[in-house]
Amino acid sequence: MKRTLVVIAAVIALIAATQLSLAQEPTPRVVEITAKKFEFNPKQITLKRGERVTIRVVSSDRAHGFLVKPLGLDLDTDIGKPAEKTITPDTAGTFPAICDHYCGSGHGNMKMTVIVE
Amino acid sequence: MKKARRQFHTSEGQKIMKNDFDRRAFMRISAMSIGAGALLQFSPLSGTARGALMAGLGRKQNGEAPGAFSIVQLSDTHVGFQGPPDPLGTKAFERAVDVVNALDPQPEMILFTGDLTHDSDDPAEHAKRFKAFREISGRLRVKKQMRVPGEHDAALDGGVLFRENFGETHYSFDHRGAHFVALDNVSQGKPIVGDEQIAWLKKDLSRFPKTAPIVVFTHRPLFDLKPDWEWFTSDGDTVMNVLAPYENVTVLYGHIHREDHKTIGHAHHHAARSLIFAFPDPSVAEKKPLPFNPQQPFRNLGIRTISGTTASRALAAGINDVELSIRELSGTEGIQQLLKVGESL
Repeated sequence: MKRTLVVIAAVIALIAATQLSLAQEPTPRVVEITAKKFEFNPKQITLKRGERVTIRVVSSDRAHGFLVKPLGLDLDTDIGKPAEKTITPDTAGTFPAICDHYCGSGHGNMKMTVIVE
Repeated sequence: MKKARRQFHTSEGQKIMKNDFDRRAFMRISAMSIGAGALLQFSPLSGTARGALMAGLGRKQNGEAPGAFSIVQLSDTHVGFQGPPDPLGTKAFERAVDVVNALDPQPEMILFTGDLTHDSDDPAEHAKRFKAFREISGRLRVKKQMRVPGEHDAALDGGVLFRENFGETHYSFDHRGAHFVALDNVSQGKPIVGDEQIAWLKKDLSRFPKTAPIVVFTHRPLFDLKPDWEWFTSDGDTVMNVLAPYENVTVLYGHIHREDHKTIGHAHHHAARSLIFAFPDPSVAEKKPLPFNPQQPFRNLGIRTISGTTASRALAAGINDVELSIRELSGTEGIQQLLKVGESL
Protein backbone atom coordinates (compact mmCIF):
# COMPACT_ATOMS: atom_id res chain seq x y z
CA MET A 1 0.00 0.00 0.00
CA LYS A 2 2.75 2.36 1.00
CA ARG A 3 4.62 1.55 -2.18
CA THR A 4 1.52 2.34 -4.31
CA LEU A 5 1.14 5.71 -2.70
CA VAL A 6 4.76 6.53 -3.45
CA VAL A 7 4.32 5.65 -7.10
CA ILE A 8 1.15 7.76 -7.38
CA ALA A 9 2.91 10.69 -5.79
CA ALA A 10 5.80 10.37 -8.19
CA VAL A 11 3.47 10.33 -11.19
CA ILE A 12 1.62 13.40 -9.95
CA ALA A 13 4.91 15.18 -9.42
CA LEU A 14 6.04 14.31 -12.92
CA ILE A 15 2.83 15.59 -14.50
CA ALA A 16 3.02 18.79 -12.54
CA ALA A 17 6.63 19.33 -13.59
CA THR A 18 5.77 18.75 -17.25
CA GLN A 19 2.88 21.22 -17.12
CA LEU A 20 5.06 23.77 -15.45
CA SER A 21 7.67 23.33 -18.13
CA LEU A 22 5.11 23.76 -20.89
CA ALA A 23 3.70 26.82 -19.21
CA GLN A 24 7.14 28.35 -19.03
CA GLU A 25 7.97 27.72 -22.71
CA PRO A 26 6.92 30.82 -24.60
CA THR A 27 4.53 30.51 -27.52
CA PRO A 28 6.63 30.81 -30.66
CA ARG A 29 6.35 33.92 -32.73
CA VAL A 30 4.43 33.29 -35.92
CA VAL A 31 5.77 34.65 -39.19
CA GLU A 32 3.23 34.42 -42.00
CA ILE A 33 4.26 34.42 -45.63
CA THR A 34 1.86 34.67 -48.53
CA ALA A 35 2.64 32.78 -51.73
CA LYS A 36 1.15 33.59 -55.11
CA LYS A 37 2.33 33.37 -58.72
CA PHE A 38 5.25 34.28 -58.82
CA GLU A 39 6.17 35.93 -55.56
CA PHE A 40 6.34 35.65 -51.82
CA ASN A 41 5.17 38.42 -49.56
CA PRO A 42 7.08 39.74 -47.67
CA LYS A 43 10.24 39.46 -49.75
CA GLN A 44 12.40 39.22 -46.66
CA ILE A 45 12.00 38.10 -43.05
CA THR A 46 14.42 38.31 -40.15
CA LEU A 47 14.68 35.65 -37.44
CA LYS A 48 16.80 35.53 -34.31
CA ARG A 49 19.25 32.77 -33.63
CA GLY A 50 17.95 30.59 -30.78
CA GLU A 51 14.40 31.95 -31.00
CA ARG A 52 11.57 29.46 -31.62
CA VAL A 53 9.51 30.71 -34.49
CA THR A 54 6.65 29.26 -36.49
CA ILE A 55 6.84 29.82 -40.24
CA ARG A 56 3.39 29.71 -41.79
CA VAL A 57 2.98 29.81 -45.57
CA VAL A 58 -0.41 30.62 -47.07
CA SER A 59 -1.23 30.31 -50.77
CA SER A 60 -3.60 32.74 -52.38
CA ASP A 61 -3.91 31.07 -55.78
CA ARG A 62 -2.51 27.55 -56.30
CA ALA A 63 0.00 24.97 -55.06
CA HIS A 64 3.37 26.38 -54.06
CA GLY A 65 6.41 25.17 -52.20
CA PHE A 66 8.60 26.95 -49.67
CA LEU A 67 12.09 25.54 -49.41
CA VAL A 68 14.98 26.75 -47.25
CA LYS A 69 17.21 23.71 -47.01
CA PRO A 70 19.71 25.06 -44.45
CA LEU A 71 16.87 25.80 -42.01
CA GLY A 72 15.06 22.50 -42.56
CA LEU A 73 12.04 24.20 -44.10
CA ASP A 74 10.29 22.28 -46.89
CA LEU A 75 6.62 23.24 -46.89
CA ASP A 76 3.82 22.67 -49.40
CA THR A 77 0.77 24.88 -49.46
CA ASP A 78 -2.35 25.21 -51.57
CA ILE A 79 -5.49 27.33 -51.47
CA GLY A 80 -7.15 26.75 -48.10
CA LYS A 81 -4.24 24.61 -46.93
CA PRO A 82 -1.69 26.70 -45.05
CA ALA A 83 1.50 24.91 -44.11
CA GLU A 84 3.63 25.64 -41.06
CA LYS A 85 6.66 24.44 -39.16
CA THR A 86 8.25 25.62 -35.94
CA ILE A 87 12.01 25.93 -35.96
CA THR A 88 14.79 27.31 -33.77
CA PRO A 89 17.52 28.61 -36.06
CA ASP A 90 20.96 27.98 -34.66
CA THR A 91 23.11 29.50 -37.38
CA ALA A 92 23.24 33.12 -38.40
CA GLY A 93 23.23 33.88 -42.07
CA THR A 94 21.27 34.94 -45.12
CA PHE A 95 19.35 32.13 -46.75
CA PRO A 96 17.43 32.19 -50.03
CA ALA A 97 13.95 30.67 -49.97
CA ILE A 98 12.48 29.32 -53.19
CA CYS A 99 9.20 27.93 -54.42
CA ASP A 100 9.97 24.34 -55.31
CA HIS A 101 6.52 23.38 -56.57
CA TYR A 102 6.39 24.33 -60.23
CA CYS A 103 3.69 26.97 -60.61
CA GLY A 104 4.08 28.20 -64.18
CA SER A 105 6.34 30.25 -66.37
CA GLY A 106 7.96 32.71 -63.98
CA HIS A 107 8.25 30.12 -61.23
CA GLY A 108 12.04 30.24 -61.49
CA ASN A 109 12.07 33.74 -60.07
CA MET A 110 9.75 33.04 -57.13
CA LYS A 111 12.05 33.54 -54.18
CA MET A 112 12.62 35.54 -51.01
CA THR A 113 15.28 35.95 -48.34
CA VAL A 114 15.41 34.65 -44.77
CA ILE A 115 17.93 36.38 -42.53
CA VAL A 116 18.97 34.84 -39.21
CA GLU A 117 20.72 37.33 -36.88
CA MET B 1 44.79 -4.15 -68.66
CA LYS B 2 46.63 -2.69 -71.57
CA LYS B 3 44.71 0.10 -73.21
CA ALA B 4 44.01 -0.19 -76.89
CA ARG B 5 44.86 2.59 -79.27
CA ARG B 6 42.04 4.17 -81.16
CA GLN B 7 41.79 6.41 -84.16
CA PHE B 8 39.36 9.30 -84.23
CA HIS B 9 38.47 11.40 -87.21
CA THR B 10 37.12 14.91 -87.21
CA SER B 11 34.98 16.05 -90.09
CA GLU B 12 37.91 18.12 -91.26
CA GLY B 13 39.86 14.95 -91.89
CA GLN B 14 42.17 15.19 -88.90
CA LYS B 15 43.24 11.88 -87.43
CA ILE B 16 43.86 11.67 -83.72
CA MET B 17 45.33 8.66 -81.95
CA LYS B 18 44.02 8.27 -78.46
CA ASN B 19 43.98 5.85 -75.56
CA ASP B 20 40.64 4.31 -74.73
CA PHE B 21 37.92 6.12 -72.88
CA ASP B 22 39.67 9.22 -71.69
CA ARG B 23 36.92 11.80 -71.27
CA ARG B 24 39.29 14.72 -70.89
CA ALA B 25 40.80 13.79 -74.21
CA PHE B 26 37.34 13.71 -75.70
CA MET B 27 36.81 17.19 -74.40
CA ARG B 28 40.06 18.34 -75.97
CA ILE B 29 38.96 16.88 -79.25
CA SER B 30 35.60 18.52 -78.72
CA ALA B 31 37.28 21.87 -78.30
CA MET B 32 38.88 21.39 -81.70
CA SER B 33 35.56 20.64 -83.25
CA ILE B 34 33.52 23.58 -82.07
CA GLY B 35 31.13 24.55 -84.80
CA ALA B 36 28.32 22.78 -86.55
CA GLY B 37 29.26 19.80 -88.61
CA ALA B 38 32.57 19.13 -86.89
CA LEU B 39 31.64 15.89 -85.18
CA LEU B 40 33.52 12.78 -84.25
CA GLN B 41 33.30 9.28 -85.50
CA PHE B 42 34.28 6.46 -83.21
CA SER B 43 35.96 3.24 -84.20
CA PRO B 44 34.65 0.53 -81.90
CA LEU B 45 36.57 -2.20 -80.15
CA SER B 46 36.19 -5.50 -81.89
CA GLY B 47 37.66 -8.91 -82.31
CA THR B 48 39.12 -9.52 -78.85
CA ALA B 49 38.52 -12.68 -76.86
CA ARG B 50 37.44 -10.59 -73.90
CA GLY B 51 35.05 -8.68 -76.14
CA ALA B 52 33.51 -11.93 -77.32
CA LEU B 53 33.15 -13.13 -73.74
CA MET B 54 31.52 -9.90 -72.63
CA ALA B 55 29.27 -9.93 -75.67
CA GLY B 56 28.00 -13.33 -74.62
CA LEU B 57 27.46 -12.19 -71.05
CA GLY B 58 25.67 -9.08 -72.24
CA ARG B 59 23.24 -11.03 -74.36
CA LYS B 60 22.47 -13.17 -71.36
CA GLN B 61 21.83 -10.13 -69.20
CA ASN B 62 19.49 -8.10 -71.30
CA GLY B 63 19.02 -9.71 -74.67
CA GLU B 64 20.91 -6.96 -76.49
CA ALA B 65 24.30 -7.75 -77.96
CA PRO B 66 26.94 -5.36 -76.59
CA GLY B 67 28.81 -3.26 -79.05
CA ALA B 68 29.61 0.25 -80.15
CA PHE B 69 26.89 2.82 -80.16
CA SER B 70 26.43 6.43 -81.13
CA ILE B 71 23.62 8.53 -79.77
CA VAL B 72 22.72 12.22 -79.57
CA GLN B 73 21.32 14.10 -76.60
CA LEU B 74 19.17 17.17 -77.21
CA SER B 75 17.74 19.13 -74.31
CA ASP B 76 15.52 22.00 -73.27
CA THR B 77 14.10 22.95 -76.64
CA HIS B 78 11.23 24.88 -74.97
CA VAL B 79 9.05 24.94 -78.06
CA GLY B 80 6.59 27.81 -77.66
CA PHE B 81 8.91 30.04 -75.68
CA GLN B 82 9.21 33.55 -76.99
CA GLY B 83 11.99 35.90 -75.90
CA PRO B 84 13.46 37.73 -74.17
CA PRO B 85 16.19 36.72 -73.79
CA ASP B 86 16.12 34.71 -77.02
CA PRO B 87 13.98 36.14 -79.82
CA LEU B 88 14.64 33.23 -82.17
CA GLY B 89 12.08 30.75 -80.84
CA THR B 90 12.68 27.32 -82.35
CA LYS B 91 15.55 28.36 -84.64
CA ALA B 92 18.25 26.69 -82.54
CA PHE B 93 16.22 23.48 -82.28
CA GLU B 94 15.63 23.46 -86.02
CA ARG B 95 19.31 24.08 -86.64
CA ALA B 96 20.20 21.23 -84.29
CA VAL B 97 17.93 18.96 -86.34
CA ASP B 98 19.80 19.98 -89.49
CA VAL B 99 23.16 19.37 -87.81
CA VAL B 100 22.14 15.93 -86.56
CA ASN B 101 20.70 15.03 -89.95
CA ALA B 102 24.07 15.86 -91.49
CA LEU B 103 25.98 13.42 -89.27
CA ASP B 104 27.54 10.56 -91.14
CA PRO B 105 27.06 7.92 -89.98
CA GLN B 106 23.75 8.76 -88.39
CA PRO B 107 23.41 8.21 -84.63
CA GLU B 108 21.29 5.25 -83.65
CA MET B 109 19.13 7.08 -81.18
CA ILE B 110 18.18 10.54 -79.95
CA LEU B 111 17.60 11.21 -76.24
CA PHE B 112 15.59 14.30 -75.30
CA THR B 113 16.18 15.24 -71.67
CA GLY B 114 13.10 17.31 -70.94
CA ASP B 115 11.52 20.71 -71.41
CA LEU B 116 10.60 19.76 -74.93
CA THR B 117 7.90 22.42 -74.74
CA HIS B 118 7.33 25.61 -72.82
CA ASP B 119 4.19 25.44 -70.69
CA SER B 120 1.11 27.57 -71.08
CA ASP B 121 -1.80 28.25 -68.72
CA ASP B 122 -4.02 27.33 -71.67
CA PRO B 123 -3.95 23.54 -72.14
CA ALA B 124 -4.99 23.90 -75.80
CA GLU B 125 -2.03 26.19 -76.45
CA HIS B 126 0.29 23.78 -74.66
CA ALA B 127 -1.06 20.94 -76.80
CA LYS B 128 -0.19 22.98 -79.91
CA ARG B 129 3.35 23.32 -78.62
CA PHE B 130 3.63 19.55 -78.21
CA LYS B 131 2.41 19.22 -81.78
CA ALA B 132 5.04 21.71 -82.96
CA PHE B 133 7.73 19.79 -81.09
CA ARG B 134 6.63 16.59 -82.78
CA GLU B 135 6.70 18.28 -86.17
CA ILE B 136 10.27 19.57 -85.73
CA SER B 137 11.65 16.42 -84.09
CA GLY B 138 9.89 14.43 -86.82
CA ARG B 139 12.31 15.97 -89.32
CA LEU B 140 15.15 14.03 -87.70
CA ARG B 141 16.30 11.18 -89.88
CA VAL B 142 16.83 9.10 -86.75
CA LYS B 143 13.46 7.71 -85.80
CA LYS B 144 14.44 6.02 -82.54
CA GLN B 145 13.74 8.94 -80.23
CA MET B 146 13.34 8.63 -76.46
CA ARG B 147 12.15 11.39 -74.19
CA VAL B 148 11.67 12.33 -70.56
CA PRO B 149 9.57 15.29 -69.48
CA GLY B 150 10.81 18.51 -67.92
CA GLU B 151 8.75 20.57 -65.51
CA HIS B 152 7.63 22.81 -68.38
CA ASP B 153 6.17 19.74 -70.10
CA ALA B 154 4.56 17.94 -67.22
CA ALA B 155 4.48 19.77 -63.89
CA LEU B 156 1.25 21.71 -64.41
CA ASP B 157 -0.88 18.81 -65.66
CA GLY B 158 0.88 15.89 -63.96
CA GLY B 159 2.22 14.65 -67.28
CA VAL B 160 -1.13 14.23 -69.05
CA LEU B 161 -0.10 15.91 -72.31
CA PHE B 162 3.30 14.22 -72.29
CA ARG B 163 1.69 10.78 -71.94
CA GLU B 164 -0.82 11.55 -74.68
CA ASN B 165 2.04 12.34 -77.02
CA PHE B 166 4.82 10.01 -75.97
CA GLY B 167 3.62 7.42 -73.46
CA GLU B 168 4.92 6.82 -69.95
CA THR B 169 7.17 9.34 -68.26
CA HIS B 170 9.50 6.64 -66.88
CA TYR B 171 10.58 3.39 -68.50
CA SER B 172 13.66 1.39 -69.42
CA PHE B 173 15.07 -0.43 -72.40
CA ASP B 174 18.27 -2.06 -73.62
CA HIS B 175 20.44 -0.81 -76.44
CA ARG B 176 23.69 -2.40 -77.63
CA GLY B 177 24.16 -4.10 -74.29
CA ALA B 178 23.62 -0.96 -72.22
CA HIS B 179 20.57 -0.60 -70.02
CA PHE B 180 18.86 2.78 -70.45
CA VAL B 181 16.58 4.11 -67.70
CA ALA B 182 14.28 7.11 -68.22
CA LEU B 183 13.49 8.76 -64.88
CA ASP B 184 10.75 11.32 -64.31
CA ASN B 185 11.66 13.86 -61.62
CA VAL B 186 9.19 16.60 -62.59
CA SER B 187 5.60 15.49 -63.11
CA GLN B 188 4.61 15.58 -59.44
CA GLY B 189 5.13 19.33 -59.48
CA LYS B 190 8.02 19.03 -57.04
CA PRO B 191 11.58 18.04 -57.93
CA ILE B 192 11.05 14.48 -56.84
CA VAL B 193 11.25 10.96 -58.25
CA GLY B 194 9.02 9.45 -55.59
CA ASP B 195 8.85 6.18 -53.67
CA GLU B 196 6.82 4.34 -56.30
CA GLN B 197 9.26 5.07 -59.12
CA ILE B 198 12.25 4.29 -56.90
CA ALA B 199 10.72 0.90 -56.04
CA TRP B 200 10.25 0.32 -59.77
CA LEU B 201 13.89 1.29 -60.39
CA LYS B 202 15.15 -1.20 -57.77
CA LYS B 203 13.14 -3.97 -59.35
CA ASP B 204 14.17 -2.96 -62.85
CA LEU B 205 17.88 -3.06 -61.98
CA SER B 206 17.74 -6.22 -59.89
CA ARG B 207 18.24 -8.53 -62.88
CA PHE B 208 21.57 -6.95 -63.79
CA PRO B 209 25.04 -7.72 -62.45
CA LYS B 210 26.90 -4.88 -60.77
CA THR B 211 29.11 -4.44 -63.82
CA ALA B 212 26.21 -3.82 -66.20
CA PRO B 213 26.49 -0.58 -68.19
CA ILE B 214 23.62 1.67 -67.12
CA VAL B 215 22.64 4.98 -68.68
CA VAL B 216 20.08 7.03 -66.77
CA PHE B 217 18.50 9.97 -68.55
CA THR B 218 16.38 12.48 -66.72
CA HIS B 219 15.64 16.20 -66.59
CA ARG B 220 16.91 17.58 -63.31
CA PRO B 221 20.28 16.81 -61.73
CA LEU B 222 20.12 13.89 -59.30
CA PHE B 223 22.45 15.65 -56.86
CA ASP B 224 22.53 19.05 -55.17
CA LEU B 225 24.17 21.03 -57.94
CA LYS B 226 22.69 24.39 -56.92
CA PRO B 227 19.59 24.02 -54.72
CA ASP B 228 19.00 27.78 -54.53
CA TRP B 229 18.48 27.72 -58.29
CA GLU B 230 16.35 24.60 -58.03
CA TRP B 231 19.11 22.54 -59.58
CA PHE B 232 18.51 19.41 -57.55
CA THR B 233 16.13 16.49 -57.04
CA SER B 234 14.92 16.22 -53.46
CA ASP B 235 15.21 12.43 -53.34
CA GLY B 236 18.16 12.28 -55.73
CA ASP B 237 20.32 10.78 -52.96
CA THR B 238 17.91 7.87 -52.63
CA VAL B 239 18.00 7.28 -56.38
CA MET B 240 21.79 7.38 -56.43
CA ASN B 241 21.94 4.98 -53.47
CA VAL B 242 19.94 2.51 -55.56
CA LEU B 243 22.46 2.98 -58.37
CA ALA B 244 25.52 3.00 -56.08
CA PRO B 245 26.28 -0.76 -56.27
CA TYR B 246 26.52 -0.54 -60.06
CA GLU B 247 30.00 0.19 -61.33
CA ASN B 248 29.20 1.71 -64.73
CA VAL B 249 26.59 4.43 -64.40
CA THR B 250 26.22 7.43 -66.67
CA VAL B 251 23.55 10.05 -65.92
CA LEU B 252 22.51 12.40 -68.73
CA TYR B 253 20.33 15.36 -67.82
CA GLY B 254 19.28 18.86 -68.85
CA HIS B 255 17.42 21.59 -66.94
CA ILE B 256 20.42 23.79 -66.15
CA HIS B 257 20.89 25.09 -69.71
CA ARG B 258 24.63 24.70 -69.56
CA GLU B 259 27.25 22.01 -69.84
CA ASP B 260 28.34 20.42 -66.59
CA HIS B 261 30.25 17.25 -65.67
CA LYS B 262 30.60 15.67 -62.27
CA THR B 263 31.63 12.26 -60.99
CA ILE B 264 30.21 11.00 -57.69
CA GLY B 265 31.22 7.49 -56.72
CA HIS B 266 30.80 5.25 -59.74
CA ALA B 267 28.36 7.61 -61.45
CA HIS B 268 29.27 10.18 -64.09
CA HIS B 269 26.74 13.03 -64.38
CA HIS B 270 26.62 15.12 -67.56
CA ALA B 271 24.35 18.12 -68.13
CA ALA B 272 23.71 19.18 -71.73
CA ARG B 273 23.37 22.63 -73.18
CA SER B 274 19.91 23.85 -74.06
CA LEU B 275 18.50 24.85 -77.43
CA ILE B 276 16.78 28.04 -76.31
CA PHE B 277 18.99 30.15 -74.01
CA ALA B 278 21.87 29.57 -71.60
CA PHE B 279 22.28 30.10 -67.88
CA PRO B 280 25.55 31.43 -66.45
CA ASP B 281 28.00 29.72 -64.11
CA PRO B 282 26.11 29.68 -60.79
CA SER B 283 29.29 30.18 -58.79
CA VAL B 284 29.90 33.63 -60.20
CA ALA B 285 26.57 35.02 -61.31
CA GLU B 286 22.92 35.51 -60.44
CA LYS B 287 20.25 33.32 -61.94
CA LYS B 288 19.47 35.25 -65.06
CA PRO B 289 19.69 33.89 -68.60
CA LEU B 290 22.77 35.01 -70.46
CA PRO B 291 21.82 37.94 -72.67
CA PHE B 292 21.12 37.28 -76.32
CA ASN B 293 23.98 38.33 -78.53
CA PRO B 294 22.81 39.04 -82.08
CA GLN B 295 26.41 38.66 -83.28
CA GLN B 296 26.45 35.09 -81.98
CA PRO B 297 22.82 33.98 -81.85
CA PHE B 298 23.57 30.37 -80.93
CA ARG B 299 26.35 31.11 -78.49
CA ASN B 300 26.35 28.60 -75.59
CA LEU B 301 23.60 26.50 -77.19
CA GLY B 302 24.38 23.12 -78.57
CA ILE B 303 23.97 19.41 -79.00
CA ARG B 304 25.79 16.44 -77.51
CA THR B 305 27.02 13.36 -79.27
CA ILE B 306 27.79 10.30 -77.20
CA SER B 307 29.90 7.53 -78.63
CA GLY B 308 30.66 4.46 -76.67
CA THR B 309 31.02 0.76 -76.43
CA THR B 310 29.78 -1.85 -74.02
CA ALA B 311 32.07 -4.51 -75.40
CA SER B 312 34.64 -4.14 -72.62
CA ARG B 313 33.98 -4.57 -68.91
CA ALA B 314 33.23 -0.91 -68.38
CA LEU B 315 30.83 1.32 -70.23
CA ALA B 316 33.04 3.64 -72.23
CA ALA B 317 31.25 6.79 -73.24
CA GLY B 318 32.83 9.66 -75.12
CA ILE B 319 30.96 12.86 -74.43
CA ASN B 320 31.25 15.47 -77.14
CA ASP B 321 29.47 18.77 -76.60
CA VAL B 322 29.17 20.84 -79.73
CA GLU B 323 28.15 24.45 -79.78
CA LEU B 324 25.89 25.43 -82.62
CA SER B 325 27.19 28.16 -84.82
CA ILE B 326 26.59 29.51 -88.27
CA ARG B 327 30.24 29.97 -88.98
CA GLU B 328 30.22 27.84 -92.10
CA LEU B 329 27.68 30.08 -93.79
CA SER B 330 30.14 32.85 -94.51
CA GLY B 331 33.09 32.52 -92.18
CA THR B 332 31.58 34.98 -89.72
CA GLU B 333 28.87 34.57 -87.15
CA GLY B 334 26.01 37.00 -87.03
CA ILE B 335 22.32 37.43 -86.80
CA GLN B 336 22.23 38.99 -90.25
CA GLN B 337 23.67 35.82 -91.68
CA LEU B 338 21.08 33.82 -89.81
CA LEU B 339 18.22 35.95 -91.06
CA LYS B 340 19.46 35.77 -94.64
CA VAL B 341 19.16 32.02 -94.75
CA GLY B 342 15.60 32.37 -93.49
CA GLU B 343 13.43 29.32 -93.56
CA SER B 344 16.27 26.90 -94.16
CA LEU B 345 17.16 27.28 -90.50
